[in-house]
Amino acid sequence: MYPSKFDYLAPETLEEALAVLAERGDEVKILAGGQSLIPMMKLRFAEPATLLDINRIPGLDAIDIQNGHVRVQALARHADVVRSAVIKEENDLMAGAAPWIADPIVRNLGTVCGSLAHHDPEGDWASVMLALDAEVVAVSKEGVTHFHPGADGTQHTGGTRVISIQDFLVDMFTTSLYPTELLTEVRVPRYERGGGNYQKLERKVGDYATVGVATHIELGDDDRITKAGIALTSVYAHNLKVTDAETALVGQAPSDELFAEAGRIASAACDPASDTRGSAEYKRHIVGLFTERSLAESLKIAQGGQS
Amino acid sequence: MTTTEHKPHTSPEIGGLGHSRRRVEDARFIEGRGNYVDDITLPGMLHMAIHRSPLAHARIISIDTSAAEAVDGVVAVVTGELLAGYNLAWMPTLSGDTQAVLATDKVRFQGQEIAAVIATDRYVAQDAARLVEVEYEDLEPIVNPQRALEEDAVLIRDDKEDQTSNLCFEWESGDKTATDEAFAKADKIVSLETHYPRSHPAPLETCGIVADVDSATGQATLYMTSQAPHAHRTVFALVAGLAEQNIRIVSPDLGGGFGNKVPVYPGYVVATAASLVIGQPVKWVETRTENLISTGFARDYYMKGELAVTNDGKILGLKVDMLADEGAFYADAQPSKFRAGLFHIVTGSYDYPAAYVTTRGAYTNKAPGGVAYRCSFRVTEASYLIERLVQNAAYELGLDPAEFRSSNFIQADQFPYHSPTGFVYDSGDYETAMRKAMDMVGYADIQAEKEQARKEGRLVGIGMASFTEVVGAGHGEDYDIIGLKMFDSAELRVHPTGKAILKLGVKSQGQGHETTFAQIVAEELGIPAGDVKVVEGDTDNTPYGLGTYASRSTPVAGAATAVISRKLREKAKKIAAHLLEASEEDLEWETGKFFVAGDPESSVSIQDIAFAAYTNPPPDLEAGLEGVHYYDPPNMTYPFGTYIVVVDVDPESGQWKVRRMIAVDDCGVKINPMIVEGQIQGGLTEGFAMSSMQHITFDETGNCLGSNFMDYLVPTAWETPRFELGETVTPSPHHPIGAKGVGESATVGSPAAYVNAVVDALQHMGVTNIEMPMSADRVWHAMQENSGG
Ligand SMILES: Cc1cc2nc3c(=O)[nH]c(=O)nc-3n(C[C@H](O)[C@H](O)[C@H](O)COP(=O)(O)OP(=O)(O)OC[C@H]3O[C@@H](n4cnc5c(N)ncnc54)[C@H](O)[C@@H]3O)c2cc1C
Repeated sequence: MYPSKFDYLAPETLEEALAVLAERGDEVKILAGGQSLIPMMKLRFAEPATLLDINRIPGLDAIDIQNGHVRVQALARHADVVRSAVIKEENDLMAGAAPWIADPIVRNLGTVCGSLAHHDPEGDWASVMLALDAEVVAVSKEGVTHFHPGADGTQHTGGTRVISIQDFLVDMFTTSLYPTELLTEVRVPRYERGGGNYQKLERKVGDYATVGVATHIELGDDDRITKAGIALTSVYAHNLKVTDAETALVGQAPSDELFAEAGRIASAACDPASDTRGSAEYKRHIVGLFTERSLAESLKIAQGGQS
Repeated sequence: MTTTEHKPHTSPEIGGLGHSRRRVEDARFIEGRGNYVDDITLPGMLHMAIHRSPLAHARIISIDTSAAEAVDGVVAVVTGELLAGYNLAWMPTLSGDTQAVLATDKVRFQGQEIAAVIATDRYVAQDAARLVEVEYEDLEPIVNPQRALEEDAVLIRDDKEDQTSNLCFEWESGDKTATDEAFAKADKIVSLETHYPRSHPAPLETCGIVADVDSATGQATLYMTSQAPHAHRTVFALVAGLAEQNIRIVSPDLGGGFGNKVPVYPGYVVATAASLVIGQPVKWVETRTENLISTGFARDYYMKGELAVTNDGKILGLKVDMLADEGAFYADAQPSKFRAGLFHIVTGSYDYPAAYVTTRGAYTNKAPGGVAYRCSFRVTEASYLIERLVQNAAYELGLDPAEFRSSNFIQADQFPYHSPTGFVYDSGDYETAMRKAMDMVGYADIQAEKEQARKEGRLVGIGMASFTEVVGAGHGEDYDIIGLKMFDSAELRVHPTGKAILKLGVKSQGQGHETTFAQIVAEELGIPAGDVKVVEGDTDNTPYGLGTYASRSTPVAGAATAVISRKLREKAKKIAAHLLEASEEDLEWETGKFFVAGDPESSVSIQDIAFAAYTNPPPDLEAGLEGVHYYDPPNMTYPFGTYIVVVDVDPESGQWKVRRMIAVDDCGVKINPMIVEGQIQGGLTEGFAMSSMQHITFDETGNCLGSNFMDYLVPTAWETPRFELGETVTPSPHHPIGAKGVGESATVGSPAAYVNAVVDALQHMGVTNIEMPMSADRVWHAMQENSGG
């Protein structure tokens, strides 16, 4: 598999990288872990004129706590998330999802932010972030006008933008990121009493999800659900946040029946395609089943069971 | 024949049979110093890339190569029209059909070769290959053999004069009348319709060639990914009209083959022709996608089996009818007498008088191939069908599948056993192997647990396969590939210092020949295995042979090695008599030396004998200690075994997990137990792949849906179950060292065991079949369809 010709740039500062982006715009592709981009180039689905390798930029690989959020920076790898003490301590859904991403070799290079920027509807992280109501931070060179190639002709003059994950993920393989912007981090709010869980059906390790379900719940002092997040992978044109199911949970006391109801709502909301991974009917069934199972796991964790 | 213990006769220093000698080839592989085709770089070497058809079936209106030719660095663009000028647009297949080298009239499968770009750089060649423009007129793509054989289906092979339908071949085996009679006497007829899905051997190293034709001398040196270099040389001589003495095929280290490197591919031919015309070496190495979409696939048999049984559990006869999807060109590689390979071993490990097998092959708009993916010529399909049928028959009769097998097994004292389709099984003891596997798994306990589990809402299944394989093709009277008899050869040269070189006509692709064949020489001559260098894969430097596939290297080339070693031992005895001044009759042999009977002090070592062969030969004897032997096997060998799988099935999601996998194999005498174990582990993994995840499918327009490793799945250590191995040893009575071959047993035998286990877990719901690969989806659907009723 042979990519077509491209220029390769590997700046050592963020400023330089942003300058390249500002100058070359949508002929540039940012190279993070390369675990989606390189295969696409080898299949010639992507033929960027310039590769902007950001791996030499220092200070972009933290996983830490900042201002009430858990922050995962652009060069933090899937494997870093798997190993991170902060994630283990702070966020059950992320901790639970990370080992399900690809295989160990891909996890050593691929990044969480790269996965979000790529927005493959079969990617797991976008569902995780939708369930957690994450935000992303994008930066671009200040003082120049940046255009979005989308039809609405939006523009801005650079600097830092904080974007909610729902506004960020526009459609499959499409985000609201400007071609001249670089994603520097994704961050999720901390919580007190909560739990999360990721369920994934795959044919083998390293396979994309046939069905993926991310759930997160938080409990109040009265043991009722104060916050709920549910999002689905591989069963819709893009990662799907099931707001109706979330609403159905909030304010309720958790129970098997309640979770079964959430499963029914999720199952009705998705719109999977039949393919070599399985029939639409089956995937829909699994969405319901896994939503129920995942919520039960999240509850167990929230109630102080095993994590 | 009873099971025997086999202990090594030689010391570890000698390292003869039975020693788990470390693989000598591993040092270079582990250090990254293997030498594969793509590692070969010659001065002035050009690179080739192929433009392939995006369509499955279409008439070619025009081919425009001008844009490709205009690219800087492009030396030539080769089309079928150009090749036709050299009579090379078509080539013969190993099944006696023809195959387009570069398409001229029509494209007949997605990925078919249309034009080749030769350029100074691999990337330039790839870029330019995309610029070849082909104008097509769409034709109906035929993507399954059922449709292919309908009256109104468009003719795929309109290039063949006598071809009036898409029927590729018809073949039968066994006795129809006797089988009908047996069926008339049956209490029950148990039937099963199933599809053995299309899969692909997918060796890690794809296929490729570096063709170096010297236009001045006419010498063609072809570095090729070839499992059968000698046979390929002959095919090249026939196809390209090159003088055979001027063709040298070198098959260097191979990164796996599994049957994929048996056929001759268009890329080899085009690169050779290009090198001939341009006068510079040309390299062509496939991409992963090219390998998966255009080279030898395997299986794709639609099978209907019927077993005639009595109420008290006796099998009376078997009927099988099959439809084979052969793709666009009939390019199976199998003995010419047997159009469905050795499928007629389908009667399995059981004794009954009658069987009748009919097969039709159909052309479709899919890639050609039909290679035996780690399978001795369609034995995998056969073993799967009978082992699935036997389990279903046991259920229908209300019998335990193990006991049903037991009461129908060919008994140990019935060997040599004449099967109803004409095989003569050499030796076996099926009952012992099965009981051993049952003991290992704790068969009764699992059966008991099944009941209890169901009460708790869990599903547990246990399935087995007691397979018999037929390998080691084969004696020349019955077995040939395009007329070449399936003997194999060994040339052994013992040098003056007692070190030896062994040259073989077969070709290792990872099986460890350099290690094991030296052990046979060590056993027979007492020369330490470490002193024996094994050379293969160079037609100028090895004796003619048919190559490595169908588990034939040990049965055939291994036998040749033993025989030539023994012949040299005979000669060595004459030299020993001369040195010891004794008469030959008074000499006795003990590993590595001759001694005078009753006087063990008067002895001479094989090393001293070798030295004398060159420095002091007896006056009436030719000098030297060398020889070559061509071995024509008197019969095939018949490895067997019992595999048992225990699974847990999630009743809500259909996901299943292997809890235990027991494999008891009997491959006769083992040369190197460690390598045998490795072969079994690998084969069980491939069986697991086929049963759980692996298949190549096509959409209705003929698009291949398995064209990369995200879609065509190969299991890794993560999901592969742990295997528990056991053995029995029943030597082959006709093989010089009693070995049977083992490279394919586990791929052949294990798929049925996995499927039988999952079906067993669902059997109480009325489920009798789940198609491979058993995705969670398919298992769930099987439960849905049956739980309602
Ligand atoms: C064999 C295999 C199996 C896989 N299985 C899974 C799986 O099971 N689940 C799953 O979720 N994913 C899977 N992936 C994808 C993997 O998670 C990728 O790592 C991830 O999708 C992309 O991250 P990356 O850092 O590799 O991005 P890259 O491939 O480098 O880039 C991807 C895209 O994002 C853009 N981009 C990257 N970083 C930034 C940034 N900081 N700012 C702006 N744009 C950016 C790039 O320009 C490009 O368009 C698999 C990949 C492989 C090869």
